[in-house]
This record gives sequence, structure tokens and C-alpha cells, in this order.
Amino acid sequence: MASKALFKYLPGHQAGAAGTVSVLVNGAVVRMSPASSLAAGLLAAGITAVRVSPVGQGARAPYCMMGVCFECMVDVNGRPNQQACLITPEDGMEVTTMQAAPSVLDAQEAKHV
Amino acid sequence: MNNNTHSSDVIVIGGGLVGSSVAYGLLRQGLSVTILDGADDTIRPSRGNFGLVWVQGKGFGMADYARWSFGSARQWPALRDELQAQTGIDVELMQPGGLHICLSEEEMAQRVDKLRWLESEVGDPAYRSTVLSREEAAEHLPGLGPEVAGATYSAMDGHCNPLKLLRALYSANIAKGARIHNRMQVDAIRKDGGIFHVSAGERAWQAPRIVIAAGHATQQLSAMVGMFVPVRPNKGQVFITERVQPFLTHPTNYVRQTDEGTVQIGDSMEELGFDDMVRVPVNARIAARAVKCFPVLANARVVRTWAALRVMSPDGFPMYQESDSHPGAFAVTCHSGVTLAAQHVFCIAPWVATGLRPAAIEAFPATRFTPETEVKPYGI
Amino acid sequence: MSNPAIPLNDAPSQLRDLVVIGAGPAGMAAALAAQRRGLDVLLLDEQPQVGGQIYRSITQTDAQRERILGADYVYGKSLAEQVRASGLTHWAGASVWQIDPDKTVHVLRNDRTTRIETKSLVIATGAMERPFPVPGWTLPGVMTAGAGQILLKNAAVVPQVPVVLAGCGPLLYLLAAQYLRAGVEIRAVLDTSAGTDWRLAIRHASSLLAGWGYVRKGLGLLREIKSAGIPFFKDVGGLRIEGEDAVRQVRFTSAGHSQQIDCELVLLHQGVVPNTQVSWSLRAEHHWDDEQLCWLPVLDSWGQTSLPGIYIAGDGAGIGGALVAEMQGALAGIGVANSLGFGTSEDGAQQRAQIAQHLRIRPFLNQQYRPKDEFRIPADEVVVCRCEEVTAGAIREQVQLGCVGPNQTKSFSRCGMGPCQGRQCGLTVTEIIAKEANLPPQEVGYYRIRPPLKSLSLAQLAAGV
Repeated sequence: MASKALFKYLPGHQAGAAGTVSVLVNGAVVRMSPASSLAAGLLAAGITAVRVSPVGQGARAPYCMMGVCFECMVDVNGRPNQQACLITPEDGMEVTTMQAAPSVLDAQEAKHV
Repeated sequence: MNNNTHSSDVIVIGGGLVGSSVAYGLLRQGLSVTILDGADDTIRPSRGNFGLVWVQGKGFGMADYARWSFGSARQWPALRDELQAQTGIDVELMQPGGLHICLSEEEMAQRVDKLRWLESEVGDPAYRSTVLSREEAAEHLPGLGPEVAGATYSAMDGHCNPLKLLRALYSANIAKGARIHNRMQVDAIRKDGGIFHVSAGERAWQAPRIVIAAGHATQQLSAMVGMFVPVRPNKGQVFITERVQPFLTHPTNYVRQTDEGTVQIGDSMEELGFDDMVRVPVNARIAARAVKCFPVLANARVVRTWAALRVMSPDGFPMYQESDSHPGAFAVTCHSGVTLAAQHVFCIAPWVATGLRPAAIEAFPATRFTPETEVKPYGI
Repeated sequence: MSNPAIPLNDAPSQLRDLVVIGAGPAGMAAALAAQRRGLDVLLLDEQPQVGGQIYRSITQTDAQRERILGADYVYGKSLAEQVRASGLTHWAGASVWQIDPDKTVHVLRNDRTTRIETKSLVIATGAMERPFPVPGWTLPGVMTAGAGQILLKNAAVVPQVPVVLAGCGPLLYLLAAQYLRAGVEIRAVLDTSAGTDWRLAIRHASSLLAGWGYVRKGLGLLREIKSAGIPFFKDVGGLRIEGEDAVRQVRFTSAGHSQQIDCELVLLHQGVVPNTQVSWSLRAEHHWDDEQLCWLPVLDSWGQTSLPGIYIAGDGAGIGGALVAEMQGALAGIGVANSLGFGTSEDGAQQRAQIAQHLRIRPFLNQQYRPKDEFRIPADEVVVCRCEEVTAGAIREQVQLGCVGPNQTKSFSRCGMGPCQGRQCGLTVTEIIAKEANLPPQEVGYYRIRPPLKSLSLAQLAAGV
């Protein structure tokens, strides 16, 4: 699923260490720290491209990490287009990378975080 | 061009949808046109338009307006084709029929009464609407919510991309040789020996005919050439979502999905003067209503909200007037610049060019109003 | 199918004396200064902890990161501690999506919308990276240097592959030095400054001397980088990032020679600019600054905008750095206190003198690290609007047709209509139009910024009050 990770944790901070949570990303479990953003967790897990542009269909990835570029948008618990850099990972969170504009007719009822 | 000769056959004051449509109509008849448009960050109602090409329900109390709108919708495909041929821009006209959603039985009943009155007054077998139950409406509108009472459907209705329309008119006008001057605020008009002198600050232009289609400046400018053309701002809030997968092929009165895939949602009507700031309680009502109509939109994300100031006449219907004291000066104003674009190109422009007032606009002189006319809030 | 539950809104809270938006150094200092003078203050930030970006995650860091990031970062701890100790009301995870002309703040927090009424506002939303439009800048594998630093601060995450750093400005060199300390392999530094023109630098000699502390720091960083033997390319132009659906290489010229470097990760940076989204949305007055090449809000000596009761402090007022931000925040807090009749009517002269002292280095930095024209006003083929994928050429076409304003070009091209609502393209578009139409940027103007400042769902909007 994941391409080669462009990023890694500093020594002593590996995902899986005590204090991490399990997040489902496209159905697979990814360990992340709840002290850092969902976008950081995705990048460190090798998930760089998180969506496809609905305009030109090109792959897009987090760019600014501070909420001003709107590139890091993913589906979180059934809600599409959430900025991953502003979200704290939680145990059991379900994240889906977005391959196209969201479909409203197929929308599941939002599972409240 | 030096100031001693005509700038062009016609000067059009106002480069929004109305001015650009009339200008295009004039250009396609072979006249030369100068367009004077305002600054980039002014009110610009044309940029806030909802994009409906709509007929049903319009003209209650004035059947001529129903006919006028219907006529425009029928001529719209010809306009679309011409603009595409001229500029390569497809303004995305779609006329699959539109639905007016009703959220209560009482609303349905009132709506039906209104439509029946219109049908009987207009008296044209092609001018028709159908009453639909919620289930029938849901066949046209996927995801229609359970709280919808019903809808009225009309094959006459459709929508387009209003910004592409504006751009297409702009490009077509340039291609046909219009001289467009941006960032101009016209402050004086006088007539001298059959020629109108129009000035904006240090700049000046001359022409034997002028069209005042200047949105909220229309009244002030019309007064300079002896016309009383009362307009006032009527505020409508609209917002638009991110792109979603296509799901709505028919436009409705509250919600439509654009050709881009975004969903446009509206609207409201308030009389607050020139206040164009967005208010949360109004948007909350619009959003709640949209979610009632389409619960599937609950999680769609709103990307931008805005408020547009409609150019509203005292009765809500257009004003098409040639000045009696200053013949050759025409005022052209309405708040449905998208729907009426075809009429403005194919009917209003020839009137301006020839001075021969068409029968279809007999009902819309500005002289039906005087400064003593009582102004009731429109649509509120 | 039942309706999804529409979240409830919180009942409007009481009328506050001051709401501070942004919990970086300026926001923290403003909130503290006001609270200490007896005001009822609410501090809002969309992040989970205080610190803004410069002190991101300062309350959750560790010795390893502190060593890498350096003393300037660690300094932020004291501010954060003061906020904690003060008992200030701080709402984390609060996303401001609209501010009304009467200063009512609309916030989305924990899925609930809330309206906050206040007598005054300090906007301390800081800076953002200047857009850096080059071919390929939207590819996965391209981020900003600021993003790299945030990953380090926030997540203890660093590049695992050799990284190319491209651009100019102190933050780029700082990041390079930090990465070296962290053991990250830096493939190359591509410096896009126009080159050290010492004649120009001498013109700013007095500001150099006044800000020698800053300059010495910068020189120290450069020494660190150069002594590590990292390939350092000067006078870089023609930068292109290439790859199919991810970065594969960069091409550029350096002092006229063509170069190509294989890489998978590029971090871009050509300075930071005020994040003016909130201030434009309020219709506050701004002016274009030719030295900083960006829009600056028009402010009085307390930091008050053209809108009474609304102040801006920190990098959002003009780039000055973290210490200046803190001082400006304090000044704004005092100004608010004075205006509401609290405190001892201090005149703020001392704070202003300190701020002026720290700002004296700025003319030199603005000159030395002025982003090149080609990277602010790119070639036709370059995408300037990332969201809607509109190119510089498309904007120029509109200008050729007579459009001289960004709102008209937006209407005609969709540039600026995407989710970021002009944050990544606004400056570029103003400058493209200005150059193409031969008008000063001040006359060209900027986008009309409308709410929501952050997108929210229809259900959330429906619950708004």
C-alpha cells in the first residue's frame, strides 16, 4: 500500500512505541502518535500522496503542514476533505485517501469522533 | 480616438451581464460599441449570480414578465451556440427542466395557485408546469429528503455557468471590436447637439446613443439624461461547496449542481442597503433548508459564501426605457441578467439600435414609477 | 434514510473584553498582557497546543528535539508556561471560520459552532510561506521548508531520503543546520538569492550593525552548512521539479550552468509573508509594501487596524520574527487595555523602541533575500493556482483582454476559487497582473476574501447562530 517513506521518526520516536494509537488507513492499521498530526503520521508511514486533485486528477500530498494549502485533505470517519495536518489521530480513526471528488449519494452517516 | 469625433455608435455604461449582453447584441448588428466598466472590487452583482435560466413562477402579477422570461429561455440555445462559435467558450447551458421544491403542503398549495394563475394569463400551451408529489420529484432529484412535501416541475427551466457567460460575452465583445475601458466610474453625462458626452474623471467619450446598464449606479446616471429609473439593493446570500460527484441533473430553486461539480445553494432576500457582508443566521437558515431538501449534502463542505446585491426595481420587474427628454439614451435594468441575457441580445439591442420599441417590452417602462411610488420590500 | 444528526451549537457566551486569535508568540503575549491588566480574555487557536508555528509543540517536546532545533525554539517554553500558569481561558482546536464587522467571532470546535461576542480583537494568525510557483511544485515530494520544520517540531519526523533544499532566506539555512544536527542527508542547497551584492549590503550597513545578533546567527548557520560539505549552488534560476506522480529530479541553472539532481524530496522556501486572510475578510485597509513584496495591514502605533477595536500583532502585521511578535503582542494587549479603560494608560514607548531595534535588520534581510522575479511572477506554463490548476499564462491572457483586477481574473479563470481561497495564489496573481498591466500592485488590489475562512460542512453551517 505505502510507497517508500520519504520521512522517518527520530530515534526513540518510532511508531509502535508506547503512547501510540492505531489508525486505519485505507483499511490497514497504521500506528501513530497522538501528540502529532494525522498528516505527519501518514507521511512517516510512507503515505505521501493522500488525494487526487478533482481538477486535473494529479496526485497531491501535504505541502505546508499548517493548514493553509488544503492539499492534505483526506476522508476521516466518513467525512471527506478534512485537513489531516489539523487532526489529531485517535484510536480506531478511519482514514481514507481520496481518489476523486466525494460522492454524496454513497455517503455513510458520519461517525462522530 | 480623439475627443472631437464619435468614440463609437453606442456607449454602454456598465460591463456586467446586462451591459455586456446589450453590447454584444449591438455589435452583432454591426454597430461599434464602447463599454465603460467599473472597478474590480466594487459591488458587481453579476459576479454573484446563482446561474438559473428560469421561467416557472416568474411574473406573478405581471404576465408579460412571464412571457418575457419564457421567450428568453427559448432563445437561449441560440445565444449559447453563437457565443461558443464566436469564442470557443461553452457557457454550459443545460435546460433539462427545473424543480421548485416545496417544504410544506401549504407552500405547495400557494405555489400551485400562483402557477395556475400564470398559465391562464399567459395563455400559451407551451408555457406549462406540472405538480409532483415527493416521490415523483425524487425520481428527478436523487437524494431528495423525506421532509420535502412536493415540487413543481417545468420543462422550460434550466441553468448555465454565469461566470462563463460573463467571460464569453466579454471575449465575444472584444472579438467583435468593442472598446472596453475598465476601472471607469462615469460621473457626468450631457447631450449636446444630438451627441451624448460621457465622462469619467479626466476621460470622455461621445456617441449618438448610450445605454445605461450600470447596476446600482443606474438611477443616478439615468437622472442625468432626464429619466427616473428607481433601483435599490436587495441582498441575497449564496454559497458554494467543494466539488462532489455528479448527482443532480435538474436545477432547483434552492440547490443546483454546477458543471464544475460544485453545489450552489441559496438564497435569501433582504433590504439592508449596500451591506454585502455575509451574515451567519441567514446562511444557517439557507443551509438548514438545503439539508432538509437533500440530507445527503449534510457533510458537503462549504468553500465560499457571498452576498450579492440584486438591482431591484420597485415591483421587481425590469425597466427598459428610452429617455423622452434625451432621445437616444436608454436605461436597461433587471435583476435576472442570466435568464434575460438572450432577450437583451436579440430584442433589447435592436430596440437600442433602431429606437423601435418592441411590443414585448411595453409593460416595462421606467415611467410606470414616479418618485411617489410606494416601494414595498421585494420577496421578503 | 434518516437525517444525519445536526450538531448542536453552543449558546453564545458572555461579552468578552478581548478575543485573541492565534496562540503563537504574539497571541500569547497579547493575551497575557491584557489579562494581567484585568481584562476578560479568550485565547483561540486551531492547533491542539499553544505555540503557533514558530514554537509548534513546544509543550510536548523532548531533549533530542530541543538540541536539534536550538535555543531560539526552546525560548518559547517560557511563554507557554506563562500562559499555562496564568489560568487564561484557551480554546484549542478552535477554527475561526467567520468574523463579523461587529467583531463577533464564529468558531468551529469539537464539531460545534459557537458565536463569541467581544469588545476587541487581536488577530495573531502569523505568517505563512510565500508561494513558490515553479514547474512541478504540486508534485508529491515537494513541501515547504516550514513544513519540514513543523514535522520535526510536531512529530519528531525528518527526511529519510536525501533532501534538496531550494530557495533563500534565513529559515532555509536554519532548517539545513537543524537537519544536519539530526543526521539528515542533505543532497544539495539551491540558493535562489540573486547573489551577495555587497554594494547593496553596504547601503544597509547600519541595519546590519543594529541587527548584528541576527546576522551573526545567520552567518553561523551558513558556516555549519558549508563546513558539512553539502553541495551549495548559488544564483539558482530556471528551477524545475520533474516527475510523473512524484518527484524524481530537479533541474536548474546555477551561475548560468545547467544542473540536474536526482531526488525524491524537495523543500522550498523563499521567505514568509503575513497571513492576511482574516484581515482582508474584515475589509481592513492594506497597503502593498515594495520592500517586503506583500500586503501589510495599515496599523496605528498600537497595532490597531483601520477597524476600531481590531488589532493585529506578530508576523501578520509584517514579518519581524518571533521576538518582535511577542513585543507587538504585548503592545496590542496594552493598547486594548488602555482603550477599554483598564490598566494605567501606559504609552507603550518602551515596547515600541525595542520593536524598532529588532526590526532594523529587516531592510538588509529583505534586500539580501529578495525573491527573484521569476519565482514570484512565473512563466506562462507554471500553475499559480494549485487548487484549480490555473497557469500564469491564463492570468496574463485575461490581462491582455483588459482585466486589471484579481477578482475579475478570478471570475473568468477560477483562479482563487478553490479550497485555499487564494492563500497560495493571491500574491502571485496580484504581481502577475501588476507587471502585465503595468500598474502598481496597490492599484491592482487583492481578492475579495469571504467566509468561511476555513471550510465547514453544511450541517455545521446550519447549526450556526
